[in-house]
Amino acid sequence: MLASILASGLAVGAIYALIGITYNTMFATSRVMSFTAGQLGMLGGVLGSLFALRLGLPILLALPLTLAACALVGVVTEYVAVRPVLKSLDQHLYVLSTLALALMIQQVTALTWSTEPQPFPRLLGIGEGIWDEKYWLPVLACAATIIGLEYLYRRTLVGRAFLAVAEDNFAARALGLPERNLRIASYALAGAIGALAGFAGGQLLLAFFANGPLLNFYGFVPVALGGLGNNRGAVIGGLLLGLFQQAANFLVGGIFSSVAVFALFIIVLLAVPQGMFGAPAARRV
Amino acid sequence: MAAIDDAMPVAAGAAPSRPRLLALLWPFAALLALALLLPLTGNEYWALIATRACIYWVLVSGLNLIVGFAGQLAIGYVSLLTVGAYTASVLAAGNLLEPLHPALALAAAALLGAVFGVVVGLPALRLRTFYFAMTTLGFATIVTQVALAWQDVTGGGIGITGPSLPAPFDTAWGFYYLCLALAALCTWITGNIARSRFGRALVTLRDAEVAAEASGIAKPWLLVLVFLLAGALAGFAGGLFATLQTYITPDAFTFDLSLLFFIAVLIGGRGSILGPLLGTLLLTLLPEVAAPLAAWSTFLYAALLLVIVLAIPGGIASLIDPRNRRKLPENRAVIPRPELLPALLGQQPRHAGLTLRDIVLAFGGVRAIDGLDLDLRPGEVHGLIGPNGSGKTTTLNVISGYYRPETGGMTCDGSPLPAGDAVGRAARGIARTFQTPRVVGEASVLENVMVGATIEGRAGFLEALLSLPRQRREERMLEDRARQALQAVGLGALADIRADRLQHSELRFMEIARALMLRPAFLMLDEPAAGLSTDEIKRLDQLIRGVSRQGIGVLLVEHHADLIFEICDRITVLNLGKVLAAGTPEEIRSHKEVVSAYLGG
Repeated sequence: MLASILASGLAVGAIYALIGITYNTMFATSRVMSFTAGQLGMLGGVLGSLFALRLGLPILLALPLTLAACALVGVVTEYVAVRPVLKSLDQHLYVLSTLALALMIQQVTALTWSTEPQPFPRLLGIGEGIWDEKYWLPVLACAATIIGLEYLYRRTLVGRAFLAVAEDNFAARALGLPERNLRIASYALAGAIGALAGFAGGQLLLAFFANGPLLNFYGFVPVALGGLGNNRGAVIGGLLLGLFQQAANFLVGGIFSSVAVFALFIIVLLAVPQGMFGAPAARRV
Repeated sequence: MAAIDDAMPVAAGAAPSRPRLLALLWPFAALLALALLLPLTGNEYWALIATRACIYWVLVSGLNLIVGFAGQLAIGYVSLLTVGAYTASVLAAGNLLEPLHPALALAAAALLGAVFGVVVGLPALRLRTFYFAMTTLGFATIVTQVALAWQDVTGGGIGITGPSLPAPFDTAWGFYYLCLALAALCTWITGNIARSRFGRALVTLRDAEVAAEASGIAKPWLLVLVFLLAGALAGFAGGLFATLQTYITPDAFTFDLSLLFFIAVLIGGRGSILGPLLGTLLLTLLPEVAAPLAAWSTFLYAALLLVIVLAIPGGIASLIDPRNRRKLPENRAVIPRPELLPALLGQQPRHAGLTLRDIVLAFGGVRAIDGLDLDLRPGEVHGLIGPNGSGKTTTLNVISGYYRPETGGMTCDGSPLPAGDAVGRAARGIARTFQTPRVVGEASVLENVMVGATIEGRAGFLEALLSLPRQRREERMLEDRARQALQAVGLGALADIRADRLQHSELRFMEIARALMLRPAFLMLDEPAAGLSTDEIKRLDQLIRGVSRQGIGVLLVEHHADLIFEICDRITVLNLGKVLAAGTPEEIRSHKEVVSAYLGG
């Protein structure tokens, strides 16, 4: 049983971590937490199933198509729900605009795809039992994403420009960085990361329109616990959350595991409001 | 320049409130009259729709205080409706205990709703917006899952019968009248809260949190009270909802409903009761007219939300607010009347003054304040000057409790002043203004100023809820004093205007009026002359002198050397967080280093 807890815990944990990174990637350039993060994960599963199973495309084609489609959704998010409310960030209108867009995405999926969970194809056909690909694919995707992001941020000019905008928006603009284009690019990147989460976790979560809100919440928990904008915190928090949730799942049953996660979330937030790896609040007066 | 006619006698201040009240109340009266006449149609389907609207309003009226007044984005409020509905049904059916009387079951639903309202709201006490939105959403999914899984109590997916009320409430119209009465009651009590010091404090916490703290408003306590009330109303609405449905399953509590409640408040507009009421009616009726679009209802609600946020963030309320239309006098000037200050402030009792000893505060590696001593005496104007970054405003923030110094001590009237307790400063008689005015743009000037004396309120939340005599007396007292304060600073004629229509200089005087509401022992002004014209600075000068004559100690952080040397009794010059010189204006004027560094020559 311990092995199954570990396998499924790490797998869902990696998915949560990736959604957490999706939140962070959007947050870094815009200071906006977007409700579309979970929907991108949901779309990753649905579009993956659409391309690979319903249309019968090879995996090598279905994956890039899914990532590209979600990157486009990311860009649309930036245009429709983020840019118009950026100038009044302190009113938190982005919470409402991104929520509205997320619900529209979800409802369109429900009406045009299906309201029932649909199967997701086996991708590689490797492994069985606790070594089944559905358990290690999300972990692999998570590791690949972290390595890719590290490379991007540390070794490339664009990545450094991202960091500069994340660190200090105004200073970056004063340096002549194309802040708006970088923001659009980061939303596209976030879309692809969210899609990867859904695609890699498709065999676990299935292609189901209602995965969006679930991923929204479980992907946000590691971000909140790890500190906004902190990818390391999101990964550690995500994996811990996955393990905790699956352990509770096996030990006390499904519903009470959600109650346990919720209780843990509230208690930790009350104890450490800025998250375990977060920065202290900015000055207010 | 035509001065504002400010000659209106002080005592007449409260007089015009009667017709204003009528103007505020007629839409509610009209709605109620329409609702009372509805049974004349004889159409029981209409009874069902109207009852549903009333039940939704019972919930939304409470949610309105959270979303519209406190500015907390509680999105998943359907969870509390679910909790209430299941509590009432389970208790009335006797699945858990002996069957209870339906009325008791409804009361229990309200009680449990209140408890969960606070639990879900806990993160909002320390964190804002997205976190709270998330916890309410997370809670909404969990409640449905629990309702599905806890089969022997909730009936799982099969469901459970709702409580059935005894006669005369067992007919469609009987139940309708009950729900209508409850909806009217909720309108009244939430309206009472909105117009009480609690409502003003909520709005100030939302739009100007630091100003609320400086006025002594403690956020956690206030929010818990509101979460209790809104949770109880939501739970009670849940019980009524189960009664109306006669049979409930987890499917009945879709996320659509949460959206409906939330959007009703947003369409209605923040800080309004009438707006969200109209919003609730609109959204309840909408599906009836647009039945063919039922499958797209979530999509439409979401699209509506997006349009509201992007196009009319003010909602219906901003379109119907009379305070937006009233014409403002052009060419107006703020003419303070210091002669009114004695009546407003009285004479301060003897006070041992405010002392700072050896204060050190560092931000990272920078010592913003480095061993500062400062003495403020009652009845004196004390100037704090120095170049940018010398620690003037930081000192002010240490005194008012926003920064906690690393070492050093403060005393106020002989007893120690705890570091870092911003909310407690008002009670110690310390009031302040801010470099950029912190005001509630959507509230009237009068309401903004009344916030200043919030801590003097003695009537409790329940008294405010029911608008009991002590509460009404205090409100009248506060309003009179606020009008007096506004006349003293020269804004008497603008009392009923929305604050966001005022000019910058007027907002500065409004902040002073708010601070004076406290009748403080010490008044700290952070660059009050910034952005004022020469004439206005002269009048500010008279006002500050008038304040100090009433025995109030004034600490003035300022760049205008003229103003400082004109009115200060004592001046402290700061440089790099240290005192460069301290003394009377004459001593400072002849101080070599000060002269060479700042005054030129």
